[in-house]
Amino acid sequence: MLMQLGLTRGLIYQAAGTVLGMVVTMVWRLLAGMPLWDQEVVFVVGGLVGGFAFMWGVGAIDDWLEWCRGKATPLVHGPPRDKPAWTRYFSTDYNHKVIGIQYSVTSLLMLMIGGSFALIFRAELAQADLQFLGMGMYNKLIGLHGWAVIAAILLGVGGMANYLVPLMIGAEDMAFPRLNAFAFWINVPGGLLLLASAFLGGFDAGWTAYPPLSTQGSVGYQFLFLAIYFVGLSSILGSLNLLVTILTMRPKGMDLFRIPIFCWAVLATSLIQLTATQAIGTAFLMGLSERALGMGFFDPEGGGNPILFQHIFWFYSHPAVYVFVLPGLGIISELLPVFSRKPLFGYRWIALSSLAIALVGFLVWGHHMFTSGYSPYLRVPFMVATLLVAVPTGVKFFSWVATMWGGRLRFPTPMLFTLGAISVFLLGGLTGPILATVASDLYLHDTYFVVGHFHATLFGGFVFPFCAAIYFWFPKITGRMYNEALGKLHFYIMTPAFWLMSIGQMTVGTMGMRRRIVDYDPTLGGGLVEARHLETTIAAFLIGLSILIMIYNLVTSAEIGVRAPANPWRSRSPEWQIPSPVPEHSFAAPLQVVGEPYDYGLEEEYVVMDESQAGHAQAH
Amino acid sequence: MSALAADAIEVYRTATRNNRMGMWLFFFSELFLFGGLLITRFALWVDEDGHIIRPELDQNVGLIVTVVLLASSYFMNRSEVAIANGRKRDFLVSLWITGFLGVVFLLGVVIFEWGLIHLPFVEHHIGPTDGVFGAVIFGMTGMHAIHVITGVAFIVVVWRNGKRDVYTEERHWGVEACAIYWHYVDLVWIFFYPAIYLIGHAVH
Repeated sequence: MLMQLGLTRGLIYQAAGTVLGMVVTMVWRLLAGMPLWDQEVVFVVGGLVGGFAFMWGVGAIDDWLEWCRGKATPLVHGPPRDKPAWTRYFSTDYNHKVIGIQYSVTSLLMLMIGGSFALIFRAELAQADLQFLGMGMYNKLIGLHGWAVIAAILLGVGGMANYLVPLMIGAEDMAFPRLNAFAFWINVPGGLLLLASAFLGGFDAGWTAYPPLSTQGSVGYQFLFLAIYFVGLSSILGSLNLLVTILTMRPKGMDLFRIPIFCWAVLATSLIQLTATQAIGTAFLMGLSERALGMGFFDPEGGGNPILFQHIFWFYSHPAVYVFVLPGLGIISELLPVFSRKPLFGYRWIALSSLAIALVGFLVWGHHMFTSGYSPYLRVPFMVATLLVAVPTGVKFFSWVATMWGGRLRFPTPMLFTLGAISVFLLGGLTGPILATVASDLYLHDTYFVVGHFHATLFGGFVFPFCAAIYFWFPKITGRMYNEALGKLHFYIMTPAFWLMSIGQMTVGTMGMRRRIVDYDPTLGGGLVEARHLETTIAAFLIGLSILIMIYNLVTSAEIGVRAPANPWRSRSPEWQIPSPVPEHSFAAPLQVVGEPYDYGLEEEYVVMDESQAGHAQAH
Repeated sequence: MSALAADAIEVYRTATRNNRMGMWLFFFSELFLFGGLLITRFALWVDEDGHIIRPELDQNVGLIVTVVLLASSYFMNRSEVAIANGRKRDFLVSLWITGFLGVVFLLGVVIFEWGLIHLPFVEHHIGPTDGVFGAVIFGMTGMHAIHVITGVAFIVVVWRNGKRDVYTEERHWGVEACAIYWHYVDLVWIFFYPAIYLIGHAVH
């Protein structure tokens, strides 16, 4: 049974491919008269070959290989014929709903792995002095926490977009189903390389991989560079697919200003992912070749420039945070009208503000480098551009408040998480201008204040909306309701704990606590820093506990939950007009758009099914 | 025409429209990769006074490989036009010439520009470890060469399928994709060639 799973085959192929790549490199080096062992080159080639071997083993490129041989391969629908239905979740499957769930579950798994790393070093920080973690181990864990969670967030964004976008625009599937499967599965070898780097010394000079430390650090950096190359490939191909899907596969009458608002968020996100991801690929490829081949891009001795790395790196990594938060903000805009029973206030403004955030996001990367020693003339333009981001973000906040204003609010778990997201994102957003301003950033740079700021933005922009989305669409996915009491327990533990954690982090930052430091002076801030650290640690463990409650809730409710009606939230969105769980072919007939997406309170529908064309979709 | 055949044409038309958009979005994405490399070149190849410099390179090699690559794009276009007009022989011959010129370009880069294969009449070359000059030359031409190799592989696949009559006058998306990919790689070189060989004053 295990051998029938694509995943198992992929893992075996990856292991074999890695070994093969390493052996071939060593033999080639021997033949070329070089010393047999050079860990940089050998591990890079091994990791690369292993990654593509995985894709071969899992079966994600089978159809393309057939195309190369001139054969057409019809898209097979439905679960595998000769195997149990659940095996499709562990093998290459082209249905976007399966792929969306694969993304989301992998995301939760990776989130928990990354979160556990944080809990370990958070426990160390609870008290001054070194207790159980060595300095090297601390640095390793902090780097792994960063990238594991970033990978988890990218997966979660992909999960929401893949599951929801085709359903929301009434499309049969994504534009390129095979590419979709490839874009998911390439994350698995990527994630494995990322975690495997822990055994090669990790990336102990920080997740940002700044040279010259990253070019001199442990060989784990090579696996990091490769892993991000794979994960980045997923971002590029996945976003390309989403863009084509949203732009070309809408039904008749659904013009761009009539799509559900989440699709606008995905559109803006995809534009960033499609383009900016190439920049981090370039930066990491240069770092990789500097280490493996001695190409001196960043080594000042041969004329290289380490600051160049920071420019290219942040050209991706700043827009990337909008990749993390924009879909989450889209979820907030999507859920508020449902639970307020009112139209979304300023649909066009919210749609265009997502686009505006994405575009302005390309011009602000320099605010990460105020203290890097680049030309001081660059500081003010970057500061102004960064402060400008607050304008479209403010548009969203005012629209949300206006949407709720005078509405008939209901507070089931998804709505609670939506409100939690707004409050937490407000905390993260308001601390942004403080860091964007050069004068205060020079003081706060590299302190825990920054840590507090971005944890608030990412929790408010991703974790809370992701939880809201999971609870909201859980009935649609499984056909059963989650446990409301446990859902609320999750919310009422996580939200205060998060506020405590974030404000604790910001407070110790303003008191002079540096980030990425394993130890601190117990008298710092008159002993207050140590007290705040202890609170922060307790809060972090509470968040971990609440996530476990959610996992328990989801797993048990999928089995024994109450049967869900087709539309428990009385939403107007197309995906709620079809049965739960969604059938293999989502829509029995093509959609016709007859109204506006968020006209809650009005009689007419948003979409109706064109019954005269029923069965038309399946003919293909 | 039966309803089913009309349906099949509609499906093919939709798929090709999507494929075309996907391909162009991919090019748009790659723009940022090659743009990043160009930015690296102009950021690193400057002297103390901020003047743009370039290494002393064999101009003949650069000019010849550029001409070869541009010529290959002409034949690629001929090939695509030929299949669209149903001239199968023309299509295959032109495609073959394109692939051949692509390989000539690659050999020119690998032997004469990189000096990876040592020939007695080729002089000493800049290596990848020779400071920023070596790093940027090998970074740019290497990334471009990977795309040319992919393009040649693409041409081989299309040529083989073309011989087996997979493509028709109406249905040859594979040929079109191969052609625009090849033109794109060519276009990138049109920016890379002056950036590496021509712009700035040469220093030793």
